[in-house]
Formats: sequence, structure tokens, C-alpha cells
Amino acid sequence: MRVLAAMSGGVDSAVAAARARDAGHDVVGVHLALSAKPATMREGARGCCSVEDSHDARRCADVLGLPFYVWDMAARFSADVVEPFVAEYAAGRTPNPCLRCNEKIKFSAVLDRALALGFDAVVTGHYARLTDGVLRRAADAGKDQSYVLGVLTAEQLAHAVFPLGDSHKSEVRAEAARRGLVVAEKPDSHDICFIPSGDTRGFLDERLEQAPGELVDAASGAVLGRHTGVAGFTVGQRHGLGLDRPAPDGRPRYVLGIEPVSRQVRVGPAEELDVRSVAAGRPVWHAPWGTVDDVVVQVRAHGGLAPARVTVSEGSLTAELHEPLRGVAPGQAVVVYDDDRVLGSATITATA
Amino acid sequence: MTYLDHAATTPMLPVAVARYTEALGRVGNPSSLHTAGRRARKEVEEARETIAEAVGALPTEVVLATGGTEADNLALKGVFWARRAADPRRTGVVVSAVEHHAVLDAAEWLAEHEGATMHVLAVDAAGRVDPEELRALLAAHAGEIAVVSVMWANNEVGTVNDIRALADVAHSFDVPLHTDAVQAVGSLPVDFAASGADALSLTGHKLGGPVGVGALLLRRDASCVPLLHGGGQERDVRSGTLDVAGTVALAAAVRAAVDDAPRRTVELAALRDDLVARLVGEVPDATLNGVPLDAAPVGGGPARLPGNAHLSFPGCEGDSLLMLLDAHEIECSTGSACTAGVARPSHVLLAMGVDEAAARGSLRFSLGHSSTAADVDAAVAAIGPVVERARGALARS
Repeated sequence: MRVLAAMSGGVDSAVAAARARDAGHDVVGVHLALSAKPATMREGARGCCSVEDSHDARRCADVLGLPFYVWDMAARFSADVVEPFVAEYAAGRTPNPCLRCNEKIKFSAVLDRALALGFDAVVTGHYARLTDGVLRRAADAGKDQSYVLGVLTAEQLAHAVFPLGDSHKSEVRAEAARRGLVVAEKPDSHDICFIPSGDTRGFLDERLEQAPGELVDAASGAVLGRHTGVAGFTVGQRHGLGLDRPAPDGRPRYVLGIEPVSRQVRVGPAEELDVRSVAAGRPVWHAPWGTVDDVVVQVRAHGGLAPARVTVSEGSLTAELHEPLRGVAPGQAVVVYDDDRVLGSATITATA
Repeated sequence: MTYLDHAATTPMLPVAVARYTEALGRVGNPSSLHTAGRRARKEVEEARETIAEAVGALPTEVVLATGGTEADNLALKGVFWARRAADPRRTGVVVSAVEHHAVLDAAEWLAEHEGATMHVLAVDAAGRVDPEELRALLAAHAGEIAVVSVMWANNEVGTVNDIRALADVAHSFDVPLHTDAVQAVGSLPVDFAASGADALSLTGHKLGGPVGVGALLLRRDASCVPLLHGGGQERDVRSGTLDVAGTVALAAAVRAAVDDAPRRTVELAALRDDLVARLVGEVPDATLNGVPLDAAPVGGGPARLPGNAHLSFPGCEGDSLLMLLDAHEIECSTGSACTAGVARPSHVLLAMGVDEAAARGSLRFSLGHSSTAADVDAAVAAIGPVVERARGALARS
């Protein structure tokens, strides 16, 4: 196959490209420039969008003997990932931009362009297993990224290659070193690539006209304090509420709900976070419509697993959880697993 | 491999390689007083005289430097500082909208850090500066301008400016004129004295010499504050141990390129005209950017760099075209390369009034001394299917 390797400048995508080449594919490396004004140097372990990362990707391609280009995806990334990210927070929801990037950029804009230019597939350094169109969890449970790939359709998966699914991260790093790739020891990127400072709240404040509102006790309706704007709060959040008085029983309080219109943030005790039912929209489903029982749902990128009974129809998905989950935030994805197999995904709209 | 990117860098001429490699084996700092030093000095000075003679300058006017970027920075900043020191009211810097970043960014730096006022001269649809536009600007800011910089020939679209006319206008307001001539020397008739310019940048690797050596031609009577301080080797305007081998090779390349120019210019223009005609034959809606191929001469020479073919291919992304052509072993450019290797719409095309989509769908093919009819044939054979495929890619995204 002619495959296009999306190379971030990190160790995973470099080894993925190398393995694709070793598998006999004709590989071309492409670094996606996602920021119109990239920083010159990477800041700490965060981000993958600096000129330094682009340089690292190029050096890996050089070492592997791959043709290499930079594709300017900044406008698409801004319109399809960053702007919706801000809008979702403004609406009181908690978006997952990595998932949207996979859905809208890597396996949409980039894949479409690659197919039109004569490539057969896009290869990435995601940790997930993909065989015969079936997406499964990675062998390395700590690195598994099937959650942020669950949104991909069968058509998208048909043109995806994930060469790292059977490997552990430590093996990938060792292999990078063996192959002479300078990124072998490069720290993992984490957090959100377009917020290299890690300050999501500050990022949102710069882009939204935030208005102050009240923090209210969910049970009594009593006003406990004020906040400077709803965007940035997440259901299940405990820290950064700015409440100087503890609850009467001395226990911590959590965000239970966010009301963007009234600008009220409802807070309460941990047990009020318990969710037994999840409603979600825009499902992508790889099994027959209907109900499946004894499956597992995952409601955030790390953790958040519960056995459930799931009913899917066109346009909606509901999950009745057999054990309660805490910190289930609208805007996040619910991904449904049968053992390690991804059955599908949808965007959480409501919980009960 | 079909190399059609000579405007980015062109292969070294065999005579330059020979002089370069010979000289690399000899020791000697031209500033040393012993025999080896004197021999090195002799080589540098002979090279300087050769360069001066080939481009119509005096040997003392040749300030050796590392290339176009350093020469441009020295001219902009050094002449600005000197003129402002002589007359504190002169804080204006005038540059054309289509300058290379070595000039544009130097002018911006002066505006940001030295209190300069940057004036940008508009260009016409072909990318040319009208001397009357400069006259109007200088008349409106009489006594305020320290330096004017307008390129001799544009690196992207190949448009040639009438430097003599521009220099006359600048001088009528007592303002010195610098010209970035890195694309012009060796391709067009360049005579520093006759041009009227006060400073002129040239570089080795665009004309068959090595990378890392070039010169600022600086009139004897022009004052210029140094950027680099140290031994004062070059007229106290530029410091740094002289690069004997580089200078010798530069001189050999300048001499050969200038001597060969009358023949090569005609040959290259014919190849280029054939390339443009046949590319448009394959892709009928492709358009040539810059001046028409049959435009009237400018300053006694061609109106367009003889090796330059710059075209827009509607409905395509330039970087898709470049990647597909690269896969066909045809090497060209989407315009000026950027730090991250990201193709942005060219500021030159935007200044010419080309819309952003068309600017993004542009390619520069630049021919040079090693180009052949077979190169033209290869590009013409590849372009049709490549454009079709790139159109499909843009339509789907």
C-alpha cells in the first residue's frame, strides 16, 4: 500500500512510520502544522505543534529514509477542533479535543486529501489494535487510545493503520533507540496540544466573554459563592471552586451541574455525582442497532469504566449502568466495549 | 532528477568548485603579516578586483559578507543608523511590498526596536514598483527618510525593477537606495556604478558559487554603521576573518556567470518560454504570474528573470502539487520556504493582488545553468495528471 504517516515529532508516530515501512508499504511522512503561529520551541513535555516538533519529525523521516512534507492544517484545526472546543465549554459541556482531531482532522481532512493524492491509508502512532475493521484495546492497557478512536466510522477505519497496538510503550522507546531515532527519550505529550501552558481556564477566558455567576448548593439552592464564568468548569471537578467555607459536614464539594444560561454552577457531595444512566447522541456503531447487555462503557479518556446495558438507535444511545459512575460530563464520549472490542461511541448529552 | 529550483540555489559551476577546493588546502589568514598571510591577502584582493570588475564596482566598494541575508541586514540597518546619526529627523525606512524577508524583516525590526517608521511601496499586478509611487512617497515625507530598499529582480515571480529610475528619484530627495540583487547578478546585466544604487546585495550560491559567501556593494561615499564588531576587516563596516576559499570561488563564479550571461540568458529564456507555453497547453486555465514573456525591456535588460516561470493552477494546493511532482522526481517550489516548512500564501502574490486561493495554488519553476530541454519535457509530461490529482484533493477537503 501507499500509506501516509502522520508524524507529530514524537516517538510513537516515528516508530509507527518505521514499522509501516518495514511491513513493505510505500510510506510518506507528513507533519501536520496545526497552529498558524507555531512556537519555536516545545514547552516542557506539552504540545506537539512547535517548530521543534516539526524538526524532530523531519529528522525521524530522514533517518528512516522517508519523503517528508509539512501540511498546513491550521485553518481546519482551528475551525473543527479549537473553536468547537471553546463553544462546548461555553455551553457548559466538557469536550475531548483529541477525539475531535481524530474524527475531523487526521481521519477526515488528512485522510481525504491522502486518498485523493493516491494514498491508500493513514498510519498513526495510536495505541489500539485494528484487524479486519475491528477496533480493539491496545496490548498496553496504560497507553490504550481506543477511547479517542471510538468515534471513527467503518469507512475511516478501513483506511487506518495502527502499528503500535500490540506493543508496550517501553518496547516502542527501545525500538526507537535501536533505529537511531533521536526522539526515543522524548517525553510523552499530554494535556491539550494547543494549550501548551496547560491553563485551560486562561485559554478559555481569552476567547470568551465570560460573565460572573453563582455557585449554589444543589440541595438547598443556597448561594455559596461566585465564579468568574461557567466555561472551564467540569462535572466532577473538586478543585478550583473558590469556596472558602467547607460544607457543614466538612466533606468536599464537587461540581454537579453547569447551567450556562443562568450561569449557575451547582455543587454538592460526592455521592450526588453517582450516575446510573447515560444518554448520548451522534452514535457511531459497529454492531446491529438494538440492545446489548453485559458490555462495558467508558466515559472519559482514563478510567470511568462500568458494566452496562446499552441501547442504540439511529441518532441516540442510552446506557443503563450496572454500577454507578462518578464524574460523567456531558460533551465527553461514551465508548462501548464488548471485552476489548469497540462496539461504538457517542457524545454524552445527559446523565441521571 | 529534474531540478527546476535554481532560484533557491543553483549548482556550483565547475570552475568555482575547482578554485574552491584548491584554496581549501592552503593555510593563511589574510590579516596575517607573514608570507602565508600575504599570499592569502593577495588571493582575496584579486578575487575582490574580479568581482568589482564584473559588476561595475570599485574594488573598495566590495564588502565581503556571508551572503544575501547579511548584506541586506547590513544595508538596511547600517545605512539607517548612519543616516539617522547624521540627521535625527531621518527615521523612515522605505521598502517595497515584495521584498525578500531579509529586507522586510530587517525593516520591521528597525520599526520595532529602533523607532523607525516603515513605509511599504505598493507594486502593480506584475509585482513592479513604479518610480512615481516612490517619488510621491518621498515628497510626502521629505527629509524624514533614511534609506530606500527595492529589489532588482523578484525571487518569486522574476519581475525586474528599473533600479536606475528608482535611484534617480531617491537621490533627488537626498536618500540613498539599496537594492537586493541576489537574483539579478549573473542573470541580468548588472552594473553597480551605472545603476545609481548606493548599496547592492549579491550572493554566491544563486549564481554558481558556494553558499555562505556574498557581498554588499557599498559606494565609497556611502556611510554605514557595522552590524558585526571585531577586527574591522572590511572597511571597518564588517568584521570577521575573511573566507579566502569562499571569496576565490565567488569571484570565479561571478566572472563565469557574468561572462556567460549574454548567451545563457537567451538560451534560458527560450527554454522558459517553451516551458510556460507547454504547461499552459497541458493545463489551459493555468496563468502566468508576473510580467508577460514578451514585455518590453527594463533598464536595458529583460523585464523578467530569464529562468523564471511562475504559474497559478486554479483549484490546486501548491503543496499538493509540489509533493506529487517530487514523487515524479521533479523539484520545484511553491514560493519562499518558511521556518516550519509550512506553505503560507506568498506575500509577493498577495501584494500583486492575487487572491489567497490562487496564491496557494502556485508553483515556481526556475531554470539555471544546468537546465536542459529534457527538464522542460519532464515537467510538461508530469503536470497534467498531477494537477488533476491535486484538484481532486482540494475538492474533497
